[in-house]
Formats: sequence, C-alpha cells, structure tokens
Amino acid sequence: MNLDELELIAKSVRQENAVYDYELNVCMDLACASQGAEKLREALIAEADASGKKVLVRRTGCMGPCSSGPLLRVDPDETLYRHVRETHAQAIVNSLGGQPVAELQCDLNEHFDKQVRVVLENAGYIDPEKIDDYISRDGYKALLGALTEMTPQGVIHRITESGLRGRGGGGYPTGLKWSTVAKAGGDVKYVVCNGDEGDPGAFMDRSVMEGDPHRVLEGMAIAAYGVGASKGFIYVRAEYPVAVSRLTTAIREARRRGLLGSGIGGTTFNFDIEIRLGAGAFVCGEETALIASIEGLRGTPTPRPPYPAVSGLWGRPTLINNVETYANVAPIIRNGGKWFFNMGSERSKGTKVFALTGRITNTGLIEVPLGIKLHEIIDDIGGGVPGGHTLKAVQTGGPSGGCIPAHMLGLGVSYDALMAAGSIMGSGGMIVMDDTSCMVNVARYFIEFCMTESCGKCIPCRAGTAQMHTLLTRICQGTGTMEDLDLLIDLCDTVKNTSLCGLGQTAPNPVLSTLKYFHDEYIEHIVHKRCPAGVCNIQAPVEVLA
Amino acid sequence: MSESVEVKTLIINEKEVSARRGQTILEVARENDIDIPTLCHLDGLTDVGACRLCLVEIKGLNKLLPACVATVSEGMEVSTNTERLRKYRRNILELLFAERNHICSVCVANGHCDLQSLAQEQGLTHVRLPYRNPNLPVDASHERFTVDHNRCILCTRCVRVCAEIEGAHVWDVMGRGINCTVITDLHQDWGSSSCTSCGKCIQVCPTGALFDKSKIGSEHPKHPDFLPYLNLMREAK
Repeated sequence: MNLDELELIAKSVRQENAVYDYELNVCMDLACASQGAEKLREALIAEADASGKKVLVRRTGCMGPCSSGPLLRVDPDETLYRHVRETHAQAIVNSLGGQPVAELQCDLNEHFDKQVRVVLENAGYIDPEKIDDYISRDGYKALLGALTEMTPQGVIHRITESGLRGRGGGGYPTGLKWSTVAKAGGDVKYVVCNGDEGDPGAFMDRSVMEGDPHRVLEGMAIAAYGVGASKGFIYVRAEYPVAVSRLTTAIREARRRGLLGSGIGGTTFNFDIEIRLGAGAFVCGEETALIASIEGLRGTPTPRPPYPAVSGLWGRPTLINNVETYANVAPIIRNGGKWFFNMGSERSKGTKVFALTGRITNTGLIEVPLGIKLHEIIDDIGGGVPGGHTLKAVQTGGPSGGCIPAHMLGLGVSYDALMAAGSIMGSGGMIVMDDTSCMVNVARYFIEFCMTESCGKCIPCRAGTAQMHTLLTRICQGTGTMEDLDLLIDLCDTVKNTSLCGLGQTAPNPVLSTLKYFHDEYIEHIVHKRCPAGVCNIQAPVEVLA
Repeated sequence: MSESVEVKTLIINEKEVSARRGQTILEVARENDIDIPTLCHLDGLTDVGACRLCLVEIKGLNKLLPACVATVSEGMEVSTNTERLRKYRRNILELLFAERNHICSVCVANGHCDLQSLAQEQGLTHVRLPYRNPNLPVDASHERFTVDHNRCILCTRCVRVCAEIEGAHVWDVMGRGINCTVITDLHQDWGSSSCTSCGKCIQVCPTGALFDKSKIGSEHPKHPDFLPYLNLMREAK
C-alpha cells in the first residue's frame, strides 16, 4: 500500500457512492441505537429498495446532539431529522427529491455553528466498520505521508509545533512527551492508547473509538514512527463492547490493507496493535496503573518518577496518550502544525470534544475550539437550561474536577483558566447543574465515587476519601458540625498533597471547589439544618425534653 | 579494577551529604543519622511508596516526594521535618488509627508495634476523625499463626516478603479502596493455603495483625532485621 494506491481506493469509493442520488446517514451511536436506530436503518433499506430510488443507507458514528436521537441526515441536502422512528421511513424515502419532511426536521444551526470539527470530522459521515470509507476521507494519508516524506524527528517537530496538549486531562504537551520517549534509550519501545474512559458523564473517547476507530489507529501508528516503537496496545474498558468490536474490526482491516503489520507503506516501518481490556477499575486510567494492568498485575499505581516515558511497560520506554490525543494526530500531520496552532486560545491549542450532559437542552457530544466561553457552550450550543430553571454550576473534569458557578460563565475554556477556577479540563465531561442540585450532595457523590474507585494502596486516598465521605454524609443528613467542616478541609489538604497518584491528589477538588463557590450551602446544612435545593433529606432535629 | 561510581552531593536538612547515583533519599538520610519515619518500607524488600509517611520536601518542586523511592540528584535540597510534613504525618497516622480497630491495650504487639511507636514519635495524642469500627474477621485456621484483619494497615510487607524472599507468593491484596484486605492464596483460609509456614510475614508485620499463636503479647517482639542479612548472604553466593 502506498499513497497512490490509497488514492485509488478513495476514488473507487467515491465512484461507488456517485451511483446513488441520496445518502441516508443513520446515527448508530449508543444513544440513537438504544432508541431503535437499527430498526430505522432496516426500514429505510426496505423502503429505499421498494421505491426504486438510488439511495445509500449508511450507519455512522455519533452525530452529536444525542438528546434529539435517533438522528438521520440526508445528503447531499444535509437535511437533519430528529427523533426518527422506523414508522417515518416511508415518508422520508418518499420525500427524497421533493420537500423534506417538515415535522421531523430539526433546526440545530446554532448548535453546530460554534463547533469546529477536527476529531469528529468523520463522525456522521463514515461507516466505522469500513476502512475504505475512512480512506475516502483522507484516511491513512497522514501515516503514509509521514512514513515516506518525513523523518521521525520531523513528525515530532510538527506535533510540538501544533501545541497539542494531552486530552486525557493533565494537558501535558504531547510533543514534549513524544520527544522524551524518542530520546529514551533501548530498542524496544511501546505505544499505548488510554481508552479507559471512566469519568461519570463522559463518553467522548467511546464515541471516537466507536465512530472513527481508524483515526485512533492511524494516530498511534504515526506516534510509533515518531518515537521508534513497533508495538502498540489499546487499553479499553470492557464496559465498551461496541468500541472493542469496532477496534478489533478496524485492526483486522488495517492489517489486511497493509496499514498495520510489517513493512507498512513499503517502508521498513513495522507496527502492530493489540487490544487489552480493562476490568472496570477507574484507577486503571492512571498511566502507571494502566501499565500494571496490561502487564497482568493488579491495577495499582506506582510512584513517578520513573515516568513511563523512561520506564513503562515491562520496564521499556512507553508512550501513553489518550484516545482523543491520538485522534488529533492525523489531521495535524496532514494540515501542518501551524494550522492547529492557529485554533484555540493562547496556551490551549486546537479543539476539544466535550460530553455535554445534565440539565441542558441539547445533551450530546460537541467539539469546540479551546478558548470558547462557557456561556457560549451552555446557551448557544447547549440550548440553555430547560424547564425554566436557572443554571447553578457547570462541573468539568469528572471526579478530579470542580464546579464552576453560574457567575463565572464568561470563563474561556482552557487548561489554565479552568485550573485557576479550581476545576480542571479533564477528559471532557461537562455536567450542567441547575437550581435543583445541592452542591454538598454533588461533592458527596464525587467523593463516594473516588472512595469506591480508590485502589487502596496509599493511606491518604484509601482512608482519607472514606473519612471525607463520612463527614460529607453527616453534613448532608444535617448532623454535621462546624468542627466536621474544619476536619473536612484539613483532610482535603492532606489527601491532595500526600496521595500517591492522580486519583487521590485530585479527589478533594469537587469538595474544595464547592466549598469555594458554594460555602453558604454548607453553612445552611450545618447551621440551619436546611438543604436550599431540597435534595438532602434532613430530618427535623429531635427536641430534647428537659 | 573498580567500576567508576558517580557521586552526588546534596543537602538534607541543611546538612551537606554525599551519595552514590541511584541511592534513595531515605538511604542517604539514614546513613547520615537523619530520621525519616516509614511504615511500608523495610530494608530488604522492594519499596512501594504506599504509606506516604516518608514524604519529603524538595526545594523548587511543588510535589512532595516519597524518600523511599525518590533518588538523589546533584545539588538537591531536601527537608525532612518541616511543620507541614509533621502535620501530614500525624494526619496519615490518624487516618490509620480510625480506619480499623487498633486497640493497643488488648493487642499482642503492644509495646513493640511500629504504628504505636510512630504515633508516639510524631506526637499523635488523640484521634479527631470518626472511628470506622469495621467488623473484620480473624483467621486462626493456620496451626501456628493468626491474621487479625482489624489490626492490618495494608503496608503489604507480608505480601512482598512472601513473594520476594520466601518465593511462595501466598499473600496478596484483594478488593478496592477502603475494602482492601490481605488474603492468602485466592482468598482461602490461611490454614488450607499453600503457605510454607516459614514465618517471615510474622516477623515483618509492623503491627499485631500477623502473630505467632504460641507466644503471649510480651513475648512477641518482631525481628525484621534478618532481611538485609539474608539478602547479603544470598548475593555473596
């Protein structure tokens, strides 16, 4: 396989598709599939056959606005239909060539206008199980281009130039990480993709792996070329069976096309990928625990340094990046580092995919240029808070993040700004909360999550999160005292600064940020025994009879 | 011909000390009679950096580093005993005391318990946190030894000594977070496990969690000091 052959495949796919007058793209991502997208697709195929029109029915990855699912996009007109059922199939097929079906049409211009799609550029346009679909949209061009026209140093330079930072949460400069692994000694190195997405409410990586798996493989292969590795692992949580099956298919197809394996693109570069399944431990998303898990050990973190870039899998230099980070690689190689660098804010470049959930009209997957204001995401893209409620806070970064209050929605979304506000960018979960959420209860929820997901290796995280949970439960039940609050703050400090890995070090963030911005809610619970949002079930204090 | 050894100089608590490349801060500190409290560390076992008591401050670094695994570097300035570190150490010990049922007066290790001595040393006078009082089992199925999970602090010294020194790997850790426990084999009774009855785990256990049935409390001082000697003899061939 070389660039010319790639172009031939792309051409033949375009020719095949040119036979059809219309393309019906059915979103088959989890949210749409759970509402009957598969039946809809079958009905559309049957109707299209019966009508005699030249129609291609294609299943695609996530289109974005999940709350409007099942979604259907009719091309070339780009008409988007929402809440489409199998019963609508006939009307839709009949409408082709005429007026669109008005009652199903959805106007989400505002939703899409402010988005910029880099990682999700293929989502909704390709069949994730067909490698040729991916190739027809410039797939693997970056890999073969890099292999034949660029040096490994050149690849790393381009990534460095782009300003890409790790999308898993930490925001470590990707180019710097790659160059560290490239410079590390030894002839055996590994490339690992972290697909152990576990934050509550986050599903960005799942959508990428399910909707555009080849993009991840291509990014990993380019990375392997850059750092000098010939073996890669994708660590996916077993709770994502569709992602696992799509990736498995993608790896098989890529091998068949000679895009993975030995002598890729007719060069001397060899690279192959294996899938490793996580067994449900959140902590295995932490890189040293992930390494232990791949090695077949108990998934517990180890102290860093040594960093995986120096001593990772089986003691070898190992590059670990998140799914979304790898998904950014191919477009950067294709379009140049400057192109990417010009998107985003001062120190946070490019775009970021967010899973927008909670009390918001348009829940779903969005991709926005970094630096975008939070209120633009909430009001313009998200369509605001439904049901006449008022927005109270936006939670980012999952259990490692914090809550940003409504008065700070002018904040530009970037690694540094979110950090300064007491939260983190995280992997991309964004949970919108309105006045029906109790912030003390929210903090308790996240601490409970960290408590049950702590691996138990280090004392501050194991016992500290459990104690914080006890204290927060007391406060929620109305039995907390001001001394408990002081103790809680003291524990936050200890757990944050003494825990072994990122899980413990960031576990207090939801408590600290709610204490910072919603201190009065804590006081209401403790002093006035009242939950302002009416969430906590506080019993009236029992009068002691004298 | 001797191999050339790279030597570093660094400062620990304002005292200039020398070290070989690759030595840990803890090793160098102890060589120079600077005490850093430890609990999961034991000379002769690999370090895991889990108890967090040996955390030290490094000038110019935001993060605290565990002295048992952090290696020295040239010009490093280490503080091992600041007010902040003492507070964290007390808090960590307090977390341990509140986690399970550590009642010294009825413990076989009373008087020769690492947890107890550390609490005294670090000035932990009382526990502010709510005691969790978990209901944990005692496994006395082994003919010579007993494990009382109520006194276990999950330092994993037993796990490591069994795997690394005895080579049996009978002990391991089960569960997550606050529900972690040490187990024998695949959570079988100790008595019916593949235990070789060597007794090493008894000697290295810092508390009264693992003890010898045939001895009463006052006869139960432990002797983990055999480990470095054993390692030395093995290496000497």
